[in-house]
Order: sequence, then structure tokens, then C-alpha cells
Amino acid sequence: MERSYEKYFRQNRLPHMWCPGCGNGTVMKAIVTAIEKKGWTQDNTVIVSGIGCSSRASGYMDFDTLHTAHGRAIPFATGIKIANPELNVVVITGDGDCTAIGGNHFIHGARRNVDMTVVLFNNNIYGMTGGQASPMTPLHKKATTAPYGTVDRPFDACHLAQAAGATYVARSTAYHVQHLADMIADGFDNDGFSFIEAVVQCPTAFGRKNKMGSPADMMKWMRDTGVMQAAWEKLPEEKREGKFPIGLLHKCQAEDYVTAYQQVIEIAGGDKA
Amino acid sequence: MSEARLMQGNEACAEGALAAGVRFFGGYPITPSTEIAEVMAKLLPTLGGKFIQMEDEIASMGAILGASLAGKKVLTATSGPGFSLKQELIGYAACAEIPSVIVNVQRVGPSTGQPTSPSQGDVMQARWGTHGDHPMIALSPWTVRECFDVAVMAVNYAERFRTPVIVLMDEIVGHLREKVELPDMDQIDCYPRRQPTATRAEGYQPYRPEKDLVPNVADFGTGYHIHVTGLIHDETGFPSGSPQVTQEAIRRLHKKIEIAQDEITHYEEFFMEDAEYAVVAYGGTARTAYEAVRIARQQGIRVGLVRLMTIWPFADKIISQTAAKVKGILVPELNYGQLVGEVERVVRGACPVELLAKYNTEIFVPQEIVSAIEKLCAGGNA
Repeated sequence: MERSYEKYFRQNRLPHMWCPGCGNGTVMKAIVTAIEKKGWTQDNTVIVSGIGCSSRASGYMDFDTLHTAHGRAIPFATGIKIANPELNVVVITGDGDCTAIGGNHFIHGARRNVDMTVVLFNNNIYGMTGGQASPMTPLHKKATTAPYGTVDRPFDACHLAQAAGATYVARSTAYHVQHLADMIADGFDNDGFSFIEAVVQCPTAFGRKNKMGSPADMMKWMRDTGVMQAAWEKLPEEKREGKFPIGLLHKCQAEDYVTAYQQVIEIAGGDKA
Repeated sequence: MSEARLMQGNEACAEGALAAGVRFFGGYPITPSTEIAEVMAKLLPTLGGKFIQMEDEIASMGAILGASLAGKKVLTATSGPGFSLKQELIGYAACAEIPSVIVNVQRVGPSTGQPTSPSQGDVMQARWGTHGDHPMIALSPWTVRECFDVAVMAVNYAERFRTPVIVLMDEIVGHLREKVELPDMDQIDCYPRRQPTATRAEGYQPYRPEKDLVPNVADFGTGYHIHVTGLIHDETGFPSGSPQVTQEAIRRLHKKIEIAQDEITHYEEFFMEDAEYAVVAYGGTARTAYEAVRIARQQGIRVGLVRLMTIWPFADKIISQTAAKVKGILVPELNYGQLVGEVERVVRGACPVELLAKYNTEIFVPQEIVSAIEKLCAGGNA
């Protein structure tokens, strides 16, 4: 079996540190599949991550990689892209990293429309620290900091990204492997802020606490609850309960920040400097 | 020299950074530093550089660190509350060794405090504001021209040592207007971005220290595929849980500054040749202290001024030498007493050290410091 994607990994950093049955590796592979599909090189692509299980992915990937501080991946990525627009910038983040401590950076990143692709590994929990509730833990699900179930309503990160101005928004899951890679690759094509939520199973910190069964059972849950966008739109409200749409959720045209700022440079005469 | 201009300290600071090669600024408006962002917004694009107003000071730090890793010389500017927010990523910059300059134009705190009033209350925050063990370089200018010079110096030190450098201004010098003559731009000595001296094939390691204990970390996009992290890492750049690696990493961060301390400790002495007493001052307060020392001299008191430009690392050697030859030291500060603790630590009882503290939003007037000098001479408390 040909494994052309292996060259994108730092073989000497493997095996990874994720738990058996974790979905993060699937998403990481989907990202490099998309990179390969688009023909991005390892020299002109930067992977930026935050803190948490998801964000350890950057260390395994053979590019220029930046493992930032908790929640701060998008500001670092913003600086990288604006400083050197030739670079392709991919951000790897998690549900806690992106929507809790990094929530403000997330919405402003979407608003500014800097050309980057943000892949949020949504495992519904803080996995690295042992299973505390995140802003994307579904309502009434259990966590170590919500032993009786959460009472605060979760974010829909895709709605949030769209409302804040992201120009490409999609969702997929670690079960829908090829679809996920396609959604990421399409995000790469968008000249602006692209956001892809990748739902992943966390059997250790989320599934176990909520009696969701084995990793395979959790993937079956994704298969059965992730509904393709076209079908979702036809689904009556009462049948949407407990399910979520996957696929391309939003796309629009807007000038990206670097292009817009280039005009500022031209007005100021800096293009001749 | 270029022609004389009437300039503000904040403006001079911004122009100094540009002259030193800064081509990326990320910031968030806050009094009394905002003019630095405004000058950058106006001038950076004229040089092909980039300005971005971020959503907060944390994001501003993140943006400049990203831009620095992508090869640009970078600056951000703030004041007290914003400086607190930046501390998280100042620590990141120290650990991951990312060249970056942070200007803090100090105002009265804590908290929102007195936003438009001068203070020197962030001396210790500049040194210890971020978490964990780390070295720090902080420079404090006392004139508008020196705001320019210190900005150049800060950018050069950030690049040379691959470390965050603090320009510790205060509202006095930040908003002061003076006639200045700036050096010709082609006369500015700019420390270039350090470059790898080996290829990947030759076994290049991004965090392997050179002779000066500073690593030549490759810029992103130059084909080295490096990994940068705020976790403690070995010379490969990848995290390590090893006690030896951790100890060596933290030791090297300190040592790379310690071995250069004499070079980066800048100070001036006035009337110290025959001085029996010394005033140790910095920033805007040193301006008043200078006048006070002149007045006291006219009254026949043999007093001099040691004016510190480098606040961190602290000028142990010069203060220790001063203590050995005077009968007493006065430290006027626009705070409840911060740098005076460092003076006392170094003096170790060799002579009396008196604090003149002021924290009511007003700057010192010379007579206050003259009176404190007189009391010091009389052996009383300031």
C-alpha cells in the first residue's frame, strides 16, 4: 500500500502521544492529504497550533511548525501570514483552545479574513488535562468539572465562525475520512479565513465518562449523527435533535487582509520603498 | 545629523524602531503609549512594512512573535494593564527565543489607576512580570533623543540575544516634546537577523547555541522545517521532559545575557568625581534629579547623580562601586519603592540607602529631591 503522505511526518517524532482509539491522528492525516492534494510544499507551509491534545499534532508534521501558547495560535498565525504572505498557514486547534481561551482571537481572525485555514479538532472536552468541560461539551454531558452534567449551553463553532465573518466554513468528522480531507482541501482553496470543524472521538476523557462505548462505537455515533448538509436542510426540526450537519456550511467572497493591506502600502508609497 | 525637529518621546521611540529595521507592529491602543501605534500605522506602510491593530494586547504579542518567526523585526507598545496582558507571551518569547521589543510607557497603577499620569510602577513587572525563571533586558530613556536611541538598542539586543527586550518608558518622557537631531538613517548600526550556518543535511539544530550561547534559529519559510515551542526543549527544538535538559535550557537563557552584562549595562555619571553622596535615578525622574543635584552643588553639597539607562539586568557593579565611595545614596522613584530594593541588595549596608517615593500622579520638583539630599547629609530620613 502506497503511503505517499508519510513524507509529511517527522518519523523520528512518532509514535504519537495520543491515546489508543483517539481520532486526532485521523484529522492530522486528513490535513496532510489535503496538503498533498493541493501540491503545497513542506518549505512553503507553516503549521501553527495552540495547546492541548489537538495541538501536539504540529510536532509530528515535517514543516515549519509552531506550538504556541494556549488559545493563541490564530494571533501567531496572523503575524506569520502578514509578515510573509508567500507562506501557506494552517492552524490546528481544539474546542477548548479555540472557543474558550482563544475565543476572542477566533472571532477576530474570522473578521479580519487573513488567509489561513483553521482546523478545529472537536473532541468535546479538555482531553490533555483529563476531561474537564469545554465550551463545546454538549449540554448535560459529564466531565470532571461537571460531574452532574454541564448546565451551560455549548457553542456551535461553525455558526460562530460564520457570524464573525469567516469566508469558508465546513464540518466533518473522523469517521468521514475522505470527506474531511476534501473539506480541508477546499478550505485551502479559499483566499481568506477558512474554518473546518473536525469532530473527533475522545474515548478516554469524554466517551468513557459519558458511557459512549468503544472508539468504534463513538465513530458509529459520528456516522449516525453527522448528516450531510443537503440532507440536513430537508430534515424537519424534530428529527434534528442530537444530530449535526456536515459538509460545506458557508462560503462567501471578501477581500483577504493581506491583499487589502497591500493597497494601504501602495497609497502610502511603500511599494516603491 | 538630520535637521532639528520638535518631537515627542513616543514619536522618537517609534522612529528609532523603524530606523533599527522594525517592519512589523502589532498593537492595541492604550494611554499613554498610543502615539507609538499611531506613528507606526502611518509610517510602516511607507516603508513597505505592516501594521496591524489586534483585538487585545495578548493577540498583539502573538502577532509580533509570529511575524518575528517569519523573519521580520518587530515591535509592540503598551502601558500598565496591557503590559500585564502581554506577560504570558513575553515568557513564551523568552523560552522560544523569539526576538521582540515591547515598549511600556508607564502610568499610575494598579489596575486602570491614573491612566494619564506618570509613574515608574512597572519596574518590577518588567523584570518579573512573566512566570518562571527568565532573564530580562529593560532600558529606560530620559530624553526624547534617547527614546530614539534606546529603541534602536532594544531592537538590536532583541536580535542579538534572541530575547524579548522591554523599553521601559514613563509618561514623562513618552509625552515630553524636545528639540532633537536624529542621526542619519544610514549611520544606524543594525544587528541583522541571525542566520543558520549549516544545512539540514549538515546536522543543523535550530536551538544549538553558538559561542555567545545564542542559537541561530532559522526563519520560517527558509526550508529548515524547524519546530518552535514554549515547552522546554533541547537543541533540536523539540520538547524534553529531562531534568538535565530543563536545567541546561533555563541556565543558558540566563547565561547568554549574564556573559554580556557589562556590554549592555548603560549608565551616566554626573558630578560623581568628588561626590560624598549619590542620587541613583532613571527615566523621567532622573531629569528632576539632575536639576536637584545641580542646585545642591550650588549649596555646597558634594552630591552626584548616577543615571541608569539599563534597568535590567541591574547595574550591580556600578552601584556597588558607588556605594564604596559615598556616605549615602538617595533613590527617588515615582512608585512606592521598587528599584531601591535592588540598590539595597547590592549596597549590602556599605552606606545608608534612602528612598524618596512619590505616587500621587505628580512628578518630582527639584526642591523635593534637594530636601531629601539635605536630610541624607544630615543623617536623617529622607
